[in-house]
Amino acid sequence: MSFISYLVNGLSLGSVYAIIALGYTMVYGIAKMLNFAHGDVIMIGAYMALISLTQLGLPVLPAILVAVVVCTVLGVVIERVAYKPLRNASSSLAVLITAIGVSYLLQNIALLVFGANTQSFPSVIKWSGVSLAGGRLNISGVTIVTIAACLVIMIVLTLFVQKSKPGQAMRAVSEDRGAAQLMGINVNGTIAMTFAIGSALAAVAGVLLCSAYPTLDPYTGAMPGIKAFVAAVFGGIGSIPGAFIGGLLLGIIEILGRAYISSQMADAIVFAVLIIVLLVKPTGLLGKKIQEKV
Amino acid sequence: MLKKLKTMKKTTRSNMITYGIVIAAFIILQTLTYTGNLSSLLQGLLVPLCTYVILAVSLNLVVGILGELSLGHAGFMCVGAFSSAFFSKCMRDVITVAPLRFFLALLIGIIVAAIFGIIIGIPVLRLKGDYLAIVTLAFGEIIKNLVNVLFIGVDSNGFHFSTKDIMDLNMEADGTVIVNGPQGITGTPKDSTFLIGTILVLITLFIVLNLINSRDGRAIMAIRDNRIAAESIGINVTKYKLMAFTVSAALAGAAGVLYSHNLSTLSANTNNFGYNMSISILVFVVLGGIGSIRGSMIAAVILTLLPELLRGYSFSDYRMLIYAIVLILMMLFNWAPKAIEWREKYLSFGKRKKEAVK
Repeated sequence: MSFISYLVNGLSLGSVYAIIALGYTMVYGIAKMLNFAHGDVIMIGAYMALISLTQLGLPVLPAILVAVVVCTVLGVVIERVAYKPLRNASSSLAVLITAIGVSYLLQNIALLVFGANTQSFPSVIKWSGVSLAGGRLNISGVTIVTIAACLVIMIVLTLFVQKSKPGQAMRAVSEDRGAAQLMGINVNGTIAMTFAIGSALAAVAGVLLCSAYPTLDPYTGAMPGIKAFVAAVFGGIGSIPGAFIGGLLLGIIEILGRAYISSQMADAIVFAVLIIVLLVKPTGLLGKKIQEKV
Repeated sequence: MLKKLKTMKKTTRSNMITYGIVIAAFIILQTLTYTGNLSSLLQGLLVPLCTYVILAVSLNLVVGILGELSLGHAGFMCVGAFSSAFFSKCMRDVITVAPLRFFLALLIGIIVAAIFGIIIGIPVLRLKGDYLAIVTLAFGEIIKNLVNVLFIGVDSNGFHFSTKDIMDLNMEADGTVIVNGPQGITGTPKDSTFLIGTILVLITLFIVLNLINSRDGRAIMAIRDNRIAAESIGINVTKYKLMAFTVSAALAGAAGVLYSHNLSTLSANTNNFGYNMSISILVFVVLGGIGSIRGSMIAAVILTLLPELLRGYSFSDYRMLIYAIVLILMMLFNWAPKAIEWREKYLSFGKRKKEAVK
């Protein structure tokens, strides 16, 4: 029974990774850059929700909405100020180092504004969950809500990208930016929209993450952010279903590794997965193979 | 002497200036120390200063010359630090001549770091760009994680290893713990001195500058500028990438040796051997100018001294914030096409414009 309960916990953690990984994978697919600051947007989102809940006394849903709005604006501003000027830079290192700088900036702003102390995050989901198999398997409410939220987000996002006009524009820009521009697509607008969606999802992920692991400090987002990137690479970067599968698998691997191998080595196990994936199948599970042109 | 300086090649002269700066800085700081004009706080910073200079110069070899972003540089430093501290602690009573012991520890640190550089480099260098950056970060974190679960003890039966705790070592009563997991290694002899540090800086500069100006260095830069073109004229891409990466790792290992022999307690955490350290080194490189060895050296010195000199102004609270802003602004100013255009228009200082070969 404990194996199944680990599996469910893994699915829950994996759902959070999947939601974060979506932000990475969409931005990577469209702007061709690794948004290192994505993990720290999660942290900012969690802090916003925390402030709305405890200091402003808002109910849960409006608090999440505040976090989503703040993060969306933050994502768009970061893109406009830090990444857009470097979009056509001759070195691809430039934007990567800038993204690391933004990540550091957000962490240190949070450190100055909210302090270094770990704060406890209130439980957002009051539901105690369900008890299966005669009380031997308890699944908490947070776990169920997280998995459900992940599924809903995934379905809505897939429909959005496949069916809607802006979604088609996103796919066109990711396929060929120049050609998309010639067809009259507003490339800058589309990229900004992608950052907005990714950051909004990051806020949701931040709330879910902090509900499951109720501590929050300025570095909370960094590690899940990097792990979600691992998930995105695992599933094939640029692919939305890939982010979903990669996130879930990585969550399960991490929880099982923590339970059966070593709890201190859990991070190392996740990173080992990344290294193995990149060496064996660099395009990930569902990624497309890109040929290098001379 | 001056005449000779004039007839030298431009690169040789530039290299001589770099060595000259180091030697001059060493003489000035030593004189200040002997005359008692250097505060004990700054005296304590002299060896770390050398460590950071070596780290910055060696990382610049990968970032500036090879053109790939490595975020695991602190991992190699960690390997060098722990392997050499382990050696020095074991040999503390066997070899009593400190310089000899340090020299052997240095060799061990460098060799172990270089071996790790090769082991990690072979898989990592098949990747490029963002992937390479994130995988080096992963390796750096794995190294830090592994060091934190490592327990080594010694007793009359020899060495005992464990990844759980001290009890798991199953030692005899006379056994001593050498590596104590998260607590690390305590009681490493403090063999690092400013003189040794300066010599190591000079050796590092000598190796890196000579590598850059050699045939091998030009091959590495050709790979940076256009891998496919370099490959098509017969440059062995893997070999040269691995060469740059391994030399960089070995030098980081040397920095680790210097670092570990300056502390009585050595333990691995995020700030000394983790991601934060790797980023700090990257800030030195970026601020000094990617590809400019002298620049990284000077940036490392300034950014290490500045927080200490401005201690009274609560600067240290804002240190990382300022680093982050510096990082972003430097990248925007140096690389954004608009900023480059603006600089060429207003800040050309009568310099000849270089036409890039398209």
